[in-house]
Amino acid sequence: MTAIEDDRAARPPRIALHRNPRVRSVFLQALFVLLLFWFAWELVANARSNLATKGVISGFGFLDHSAGFDVSQALIPYSPTDSYRRLYLVGLLNTLLVAGLGIILATVLGFVIGIARLSGNWLVARMAGAYVELIRNLPLLFQLLFWYLAVLGTLPATRESISVFGAIFVNNRGVVLPRPILGDGANSVGLALLIALFAVWALWRWARRRQMVTGKNLKIFWPGLLLMGLPLVALAATGFPIGFELPELRGFNFVGGWRVIPEFAALLIGLVVYTAAFIAETVRGGILAVSRSQSDAAYALGMTRRRTLRLIVIPQALRVIIPPLASHYLNLTKNSSLAVGIGYPDLFAVFAGTALNQTGAQAIEIIAITMATYLALSLVTSALMNFYNARLRLVER
Amino acid sequence: MSDIATTVFVRPKLLQPLPPPDRLRKRWHIMGNWKDFLLTVLSLYLIWILVWPAFKFLFIDAVWTGSSRSDCLAETVGLPVGACWPFITAKFSQFVYGFYPESERWRADLTFVLGAVLLLPLLIPRAPYKITNAVLFFGVFPVVGYFLLVGGAFGLPYVETRSWGGLLVTLVVAVTGIAASLPLGILLALARRSELPVLRIGAVIFIEFWRGVPLVAVLFFATFILPLFLPPAWEIDGMLRVLVGVSVFAAAYMAEVIRGGLQAVPRAQYEGAMALGLGYWRSTGLVVLPQALRVSIPGIVNIFIGLFKDTTLVLTVAIFDLLGQLRAAFADPNWSSPSTLFTGFAFAGAIYFLFCFGMSRYSLFLEQRLRQDRDR
Repeated sequence: MTAIEDDRAARPPRIALHRNPRVRSVFLQALFVLLLFWFAWELVANARSNLATKGVISGFGFLDHSAGFDVSQALIPYSPTDSYRRLYLVGLLNTLLVAGLGIILATVLGFVIGIARLSGNWLVARMAGAYVELIRNLPLLFQLLFWYLAVLGTLPATRESISVFGAIFVNNRGVVLPRPILGDGANSVGLALLIALFAVWALWRWARRRQMVTGKNLKIFWPGLLLMGLPLVALAATGFPIGFELPELRGFNFVGGWRVIPEFAALLIGLVVYTAAFIAETVRGGILAVSRSQSDAAYALGMTRRRTLRLIVIPQALRVIIPPLASHYLNLTKNSSLAVGIGYPDLFAVFAGTALNQTGAQAIEIIAITMATYLALSLVTSALMNFYNARLRLVER
Repeated sequence: MSDIATTVFVRPKLLQPLPPPDRLRKRWHIMGNWKDFLLTVLSLYLIWILVWPAFKFLFIDAVWTGSSRSDCLAETVGLPVGACWPFITAKFSQFVYGFYPESERWRADLTFVLGAVLLLPLLIPRAPYKITNAVLFFGVFPVVGYFLLVGGAFGLPYVETRSWGGLLVTLVVAVTGIAASLPLGILLALARRSELPVLRIGAVIFIEFWRGVPLVAVLFFATFILPLFLPPAWEIDGMLRVLVGVSVFAAAYMAEVIRGGLQAVPRAQYEGAMALGLGYWRSTGLVVLPQALRVSIPGIVNIFIGLFKDTTLVLTVAIFDLLGQLRAAFADPNWSSPSTLFTGFAFAGAIYFLFCFGMSRYSLFLEQRLRQDRDR
């Protein structure tokens, strides 16, 4: 009797094939892949027949055709006879310009407002809070249109430009800035600046390492400042090769100087103001996340307020701040595509906007290139940020 | 000893104890020292140049009645003119309904009311019948709303979506986006946490792709490319294309929020469900998902806020939501006056702000409630 029971227990339990987890998993995944392929096949077949009835020739050959329209802001030489490839580059550079500048300015403004929100001064904290709540709860495109139409659009006309020290002129057609002119020897000044920056950085690292080993804190501020005098010396030695070309009103327009188009100004202001509100919240959260006992302990050790902030609070807050900061940067870059709403010639507006309308037939290729570009930008930014994040964590532990 | 004394961080002398804090008086730190004083003066100056003129413009100098632009011109009024409110009165129905035919507007109103009646008890945590309510709002309401707004059945005349506009479009896009992205997001989040590698990789690629591209690109994709991939017989309408784009985009973000919620469910819950003999679908549906969704509600509300703000982007594919109607109204020569622009922005801004601010406060309230529940 017992023998039979033992025998039964020793045998592996019989499971129907459709209940075997491994069989089920393989079957389900195969089914999923098949469905996906069928779906993709259908889509491609549809696209083919649709394009054939429209008589469209697919492919990226159109990139070499002449674009045939001008762009209001180009960082590299561009004319309407240039190819779509060139146009793409112009747009991409414009996007990178506004995103890069926007990231820097938004970080500065965001940190200032985030810290202001934590200020002991009741009024300052309240005002920073009001800024954050107001800006975060209004759509970005709304804000961009507001800056573009209502603020920049209602500025005085060119002839009645607002002048700032006679060097910068603001009017409803943009902002005109003085343009630096580089003469002979400007290169050596630039080189001196680079050398000085590198030297200061090396000095800082050396002092830090020494402090780690010996515990002695070296004052490097004055030697550092002295080193930064190097480019000034170079400037004097080469006879001040950097000058400025001031804009001048002639007739109805300004001659000389740099003209910043209002679309750029509106997009930059809008992106910076909007993203700064989010960064401010991140900064505030990060600083609040550092437990109070950390700064209390630092005070108990006799550290000053400034030193506590610099050595205890900020390093720990940064660990909390940086990951969401990366996603704010990504959002800013992606949001720069709203340029299409106000007509700044960024990648999206010139390529997916105007070029798409012009070529008409090449919609798939153009949208694919545009989306791939933004995707690549996103992936690169997040990879860089992850790298930085990992470094910061390693230093901490 | 001397070695310690030269180290930077150690104070050689004991501090005198501070007087006990004065807890009765609230400290505002407005005038304490010269730094606070300077900051206060700066803030007051900012208020003086920003807030006061805005207030003066919106209320004190405002024109409240009138019938055309001439009523809002400084020459006719003889005073400095602020906000031109008659402009808003004249364009109000356009801001709310777009060009929805006037005789059929009761249908839009009815949809608004129906939505509000179903949404309100859903938002109150204490109201009963949550599941029925959610099914009604996310499942039944979109269908009813579709037939009400589009018509062409049950004796209602057909209204083409091209004539829709204003706040109606804003709300339709946002609500459809959230209603469609919720089930899609749940499926994606489950797939991303699945044990089947093919499903997992598929979900990761799908989610990261849509999260990596800007919504404008998604809208262009939906408007210009999507029809090319569908059989020519399916002529899908512009609004539907946008809704598909928005839903897919929102689903990717929704999936991440729900994944966070799923991660917050302790492993013991899965194991307990398995020990009770529940299969995958039943343990997910009856044990894990209800807890995960509860935790993700604040995140879902935040997505909704984002979506509500993002609906303005439909403007770029020639669908005129509230912001689009505002822009169109600016172009009306009958109402072009120096103050029209600011008036319009103030009005639309107030609407957007009320919706978004209300929702963000609600999401904060929910987060607090969740925290209380967890701490108990």
